[in-house]
Amino acid sequence: MDSSALLTELPRLRRYARALVGERAAADDLVQDTLERAWLRVAQWRQGSDLRAWLFSIMHNLRVDQLRRPGLKTLPIEDEGFAVPTRATQSDRLELADLGSALARLPEEQRAVLLLVAVEEMRYEEVAATLGIPLGTVMSRLSRGRERLRLILDGRPPLTNLRVVR
Amino acid sequence: MSKQAITEVDLQAYVDACLPAARQAEVEDYLSAQPEAAARVHAYRAQRDALRQLYDPVLDEEIPASLLQLAAKPPVVVDAEKRPFLSRWSLQRFAAGVVIAVIGGAAGWLGHARFGGGEQVVQMTPLPRQAAVAHVVYSPDVRRPVEVTADQEDQLVKWLSKRLGTPVTPPKLGAIGYELIGGRLLPGNSGPVAQFMYHDSTGQRLTIYVSTENTASRDTGFRFAQEGPVNVFYWVDGKFGYALSAGIAKSELARVATAVYDQLEHR
Repeated sequence: MDSSALLTELPRLRRYARALVGERAAADDLVQDTLERAWLRVAQWRQGSDLRAWLFSIMHNLRVDQLRRPGLKTLPIEDEGFAVPTRATQSDRLELADLGSALARLPEEQRAVLLLVAVEEMRYEEVAATLGIPLGTVMSRLSRGRERLRLILDGRPPLTNLRVVR
Repeated sequence: MSKQAITEVDLQAYVDACLPAARQAEVEDYLSAQPEAAARVHAYRAQRDALRQLYDPVLDEEIPASLLQLAAKPPVVVDAEKRPFLSRWSLQRFAAGVVIAVIGGAAGWLGHARFGGGEQVVQMTPLPRQAAVAHVVYSPDVRRPVEVTADQEDQLVKWLSKRLGTPVTPPKLGAIGYELIGGRLLPGNSGPVAQFMYHDSTGQRLTIYVSTENTASRDTGFRFAQEGPVNVFYWVDGKFGYALSAGIAKSELARVATAVYDQLEHR
């Protein structure tokens, strides 16, 4: 791994982190942590293997650690009672501001898969390898993530578990 | 014609344009007869386009200098102050390791614990973790929570000060409801550290961990960490690292930390 290769990957790492985390400073912190860890573990990277996939999986693992760190206790509840105010019409031209907040309402695991496929244009197999999950899981998360996002954007709250801060 | 049924996976792959041409044509046939599925596929493609429209501009943003520097070379000295504490751990450990490796040879009394070739990076346990582990090990002990009890506080102070090579006294926390039980000497990363234990009227125990091993990083403000059920407030002041650990709410612990800090400041 050399620094020019790392520099080349920086914009994509930042894009993914931004979409995944949402907030700019927190996203760049995640990128910074990813770079630090990459340098620390540089011996583990095999020359000639896919640097981007390696960096993305480092970022993924850091993010999982971050989310696992005990924070606010969350409790899954049925959210049928939590109807969100809806707009009457919704065209295909998604409004971008709404998209960011709709994306943030997806479960993290679905958001990660959706972004890696749709924005990072990874093949399904690459997504599975990056996230360390089976291909079938990638497909089901992708399918559920897309559908959930569609319902949110249509102003139809999906009838699945929401996590509510206690 | 014996077409395989169109599955959800086919639809997703169709959205992502990664089907073989023949299968793609079959999906198109299917969609022309299934308006609901067609609407979904249409919406998913619109999602994808909109997501790219929303996040692609990040690619063209100016990259923060800190990231460029870090990409250009391994992190040896990075301003730890500006980092969130998540990465401070790894960073501190890394920076501390480098410093220790460099000065290791000079630290004569460490002679028995040389750090290999002088360049090896040593894994240091971060302060809050050391403190939390010490808390978890000793605070539940009913019969021997401390080595020297509070009724011999003079001896405790003299002994710990001597072993740590610097005056160390337990803060007085009676005013905020915590009485000293006593203290003990513990091994830190490279030498002795002290632990003082307190309890409140309900028996809830709290420990203060005092390390004099800080060599690498600059002073910090209060930082908060959580290790399982134990909450930890810690800060670094010169060579001293302080960590308060207890299984109590963060706000309560912050109150105690403030009291401890004030006493140390006005000593």
